[in-house]
Amino acid sequence: MTFYTLIEDTTVKLLKFAATQLPNDVSEALKKMQEEETIPPSKAALSTIVDNFGIAEETATPMCQDTGIHIYYVNIGENFPKVIGIEEILRRASARATKEVPLRPNAVNPIVGGNSGDNTGRHIPFINYDFIPGADFLEITVFPKGGGSENMCALGMLKPGQGIKGIKKFVIETIFNAGGQPCPPVVVGIGIGGGADIALKLGKKQLMRPLGQRHPEPEIAKLEEELLEAINMTGFGSMGLGGEVSTALDVKIDYAHRHPASLPVGVAIQCWAARKSTARIYQDGRVEFLTHKED
Amino acid sequence: MVEYHFTTPITKEDVQKLRIGDVIYVTGTVFTARDEAHERALEMAEKGESMPINFEGLAVYHCGPVVRKVGDQWEIVAAGPTTSTRMDIFEEEFIKTFGVNVIIGKGGMGARTVKAMQEYKAVYTAFVGGAAVVAAKGIKRVKEVHWLDLGTPECLWVLEVEKFGPLIVGIDTYGDSLFQNVADQAQKKLPQIGEFLGITF
Repeated sequence: MTFYTLIEDTTVKLLKFAATQLPNDVSEALKKMQEEETIPPSKAALSTIVDNFGIAEETATPMCQDTGIHIYYVNIGENFPKVIGIEEILRRASARATKEVPLRPNAVNPIVGGNSGDNTGRHIPFINYDFIPGADFLEITVFPKGGGSENMCALGMLKPGQGIKGIKKFVIETIFNAGGQPCPPVVVGIGIGGGADIALKLGKKQLMRPLGQRHPEPEIAKLEEELLEAINMTGFGSMGLGGEVSTALDVKIDYAHRHPASLPVGVAIQCWAARKSTARIYQDGRVEFLTHKED
Repeated sequence: MVEYHFTTPITKEDVQKLRIGDVIYVTGTVFTARDEAHERALEMAEKGESMPINFEGLAVYHCGPVVRKVGDQWEIVAAGPTTSTRMDIFEEEFIKTFGVNVIIGKGGMGARTVKAMQEYKAVYTAFVGGAAVVAAKGIKRVKEVHWLDLGTPECLWVLEVEKFGPLIVGIDTYGDSLFQNVADQAQKKLPQIGEFLGITF
């Protein structure tokens, strides 16, 4: 087996893991929420959710029919030499997993119409690249992103004078606008500063962080906790059916320094099926799955 | 909260028993239609063309399933609901034209559809979003498929279902919407949320 085949096979496995098994932090948080919720329709919805991801895992079936548009986060160890052709490898993996798992074909040409049929197309899968200083491995995260929650994402180009208060207000307004549509309980990723695209990218990247983990800077950590509590105060609950504790699972925030004239806020919303999977591939061919266990 | 079991065709009398918060299970025939199938059906009806099946008394499911072809038989792998508000622009006309009395989706629908449901006696029911495997369990087989040129998520799947649910009645024939009630409640909490965050709305 060549190294390229190893990367492709590992990615196909990651796509299958992501579609069929929730990471532990998400499944545990949903079970806990099901126990804690007191309002009947939301509690019932959470029971169905817990049953559903249980059966999906047992039967290796996608937990949701929307198996997402394929987004990859590729972190390249600076000492990892073999990344030539990575884009082609990941495209092949997306197409293969679409058949093998199977996944729903979700790549549609926005101009002339038509579904490509295999989850690949122009700029799709979308690949985010980063470097990891000093590392000798390649880390691939698969992030299949559902359309229902994606449609509720929002960008606010605030005036710097609106400050933190303006940011809080924009986030709550976004949640009100979304209601039950993004399949709550949701995870909310917020990116502040940088620029329009940077704020949204930072927001979405926050969805890769484990649930419950707080930002290392205390001001940001506090803002995460405050907004989580405020979002749950809305009472939208699971699937917008009305619930006391189940509108959001977590809020994650990061920031970039901003231009003096702008205060961009990107709000990325993830549904309860907060799917992702990560593996590290080492130079010697070793593969380490970080979010899922191989059989 | 009352539980009902219906077999298609479901009548206007049947759906008028329902109030928001009730739960129903459907046995019989359900067909899927998302944005493009709604659009095509209405365009064809306008031209006076007939539908591939008679929609009257059936339940329309806002769903784009994951499917697999085994031999020459289609199999539904995962089939949870999609966001229903996208169909708000079509639904009034759809209910009126085709006599569909039960809509299955997620997230609720807007004021225009709520009004149409009161006028033409139809209910909106919510299946838990993303609970695709639980949904697939209630689907016994694919009876027919039409309009495959729209792609497998968007085409018209005609499904034989058994005890398909639980479906929570979100909009009834009396103009009540569970989703609107929840949104109104949330709106009332806004000052309290503002105070908590130190902001005003």
